[in-house]
Amino acid sequence: MAYSDKVVDHYTNPRNIGTLDKSKNTVGTGLVGAPECGDVMRLQIEVNDETGVIQDAKFKTFGCGSAIASSSLATEWLKGKTIDQALEIDNMDIVEELALPPVKIHCSVLAEDAIRMAINDYRAKQGLEPLISEKVHH
Amino acid sequence: MKLPIYLDNNATTQVDPRVFEVMIPFFLNDFGNAASKSHPFGWKAEEAVDYAREQIAALIGANEKEIIFTSGATESNNLAIKGVYEMYAAKGNHFITVTTEHKAVLDACKHLEKLGAEITYLPVGSDGLLKVEQVAEAIKPNTVLVSVMYGNNELGVIQPIREIGKLCKEKGVLFHTDATQAVGKIPVDVLADNIDLMSFTAHKMYGPKGIGALYVRRKNPRVKVTAQMDGGGHERGMRSGTLNVPGIVGLGKACELARLEMDAEAIRLSALRDKLENALLNLEESYVNGSAEHRLPHTANISFKYVEGEGLMMGIKDIAVSSGSACTSASLEPSYVLKNLGLDDELAHSSLRFGLGRFTTEEEVDYTINCVTEAVNKLRDMSPLWEMFKEGIDLKSIEWTEH
Repeated sequence: MAYSDKVVDHYTNPRNIGTLDKSKNTVGTGLVGAPECGDVMRLQIEVNDETGVIQDAKFKTFGCGSAIASSSLATEWLKGKTIDQALEIDNMDIVEELALPPVKIHCSVLAEDAIRMAINDYRAKQGLEPLISEKVHH
Repeated sequence: MKLPIYLDNNATTQVDPRVFEVMIPFFLNDFGNAASKSHPFGWKAEEAVDYAREQIAALIGANEKEIIFTSGATESNNLAIKGVYEMYAAKGNHFITVTTEHKAVLDACKHLEKLGAEITYLPVGSDGLLKVEQVAEAIKPNTVLVSVMYGNNELGVIQPIREIGKLCKEKGVLFHTDATQAVGKIPVDVLADNIDLMSFTAHKMYGPKGIGALYVRRKNPRVKVTAQMDGGGHERGMRSGTLNVPGIVGLGKACELARLEMDAEAIRLSALRDKLENALLNLEESYVNGSAEHRLPHTANISFKYVEGEGLMMGIKDIAVSSGSACTSASLEPSYVLKNLGLDDELAHSSLRFGLGRFTTEEEVDYTINCVTEAVNKLRDMSPLWEMFKEGIDLKSIEWTEH
């Protein structure tokens, strides 16, 4: 199966690989997937206290090229967005941007789940209620 | 050195130019039907087929009359298993096979189960090997056939075929082996190994695709299989269909070359394989899958923990290998062969199979070592699992979100 140029680009030059300090209460972490399924994504956001804008985003992913590209793209999109704007990121946007084939749609779903989980983690640290995910995948 | 590099010789091999050369006339001037008895076109084709039978028989210690041509090993396996089931229905309905067999064997057995057969699927140890005692314990009065593959396609491990053959002979049970990966690579002798039926194919040993054979013993005991393809009664009535003369000529030549060059080739390839394997095992947390001792000379199956196989293959895009990961399949299930060794799914997802071959050079192996090492290190730098491992976190202690 051939990968799209954009998947290859993100795989070859992944954006924002790394780790944020998860002990900070401005950092939210989402860890989704499972090693035995062959995909694990960890996505982290750091939110600016004053503006409420995501000022940094980092990821690490164990998975195929499409999983790596989906999470790399997600961090790129998250930076500079407010939490509300971040929640609007839909997995199908990722599918479209990366031209993922049907067998790889689960990679984009995982990235969306990771975003939501990171946001919920951040909200919990801020003493806020977790958001109820409108969409139920799986 | 030319890129990409081909290290997937367990999937298929390049046709040796010497094999291709001898096939050419049989597409052109000598195109006759080997079953045409009335003119020189047919005679020439028949003569070429007879000569190929001798070349093939010589490689495996058989008589040339014991070679039944098929379209490949999948058909040979189907013919052996389904053909024995039908032919020996009066004797019993119990078959014994192994969980790590090729799908052509497993699915043929599943098909028979629907027709009323009783199949025992024996498990293998963590080294991928079956023990002859397991077979001995599984044999019952109604057992008709034991089917155990010679060399495993994914791991390269070699089963104790000679011991199993001896046991089956003593018990009066037929013994079939899928020797697709072994014939032409290691010495295989149907007499010494007490094999009654054996499947093999040309394209795994530098011959063309679309031609294979089933060895069917004629003496001690005389074995017969019910045809699964009805028609003109070719191949002693066991497999009808006009013979693929160019393919057969190619299979014959491939067998002859293998017989003459196997010893030297095995020494060369196992040295290259060991070089590759030892270098890659220098990487932290990398493991050989399957017995390293009882193994085909050209195969290495290695897991690189905390790195996903498909992602790794993308990082070594100039090297053609295959992975036990099945990220693309709907089920997300990794290789059943690796799972049957008792490996964690995670390790199965992290495996690569390297299959060296006749045309593999040392330069290519050196390039592969560098490329894989670099890619594994790069992917570990972006692997959350690797980070957790390095921090001493037990991955089993984490509640994962299955998807």
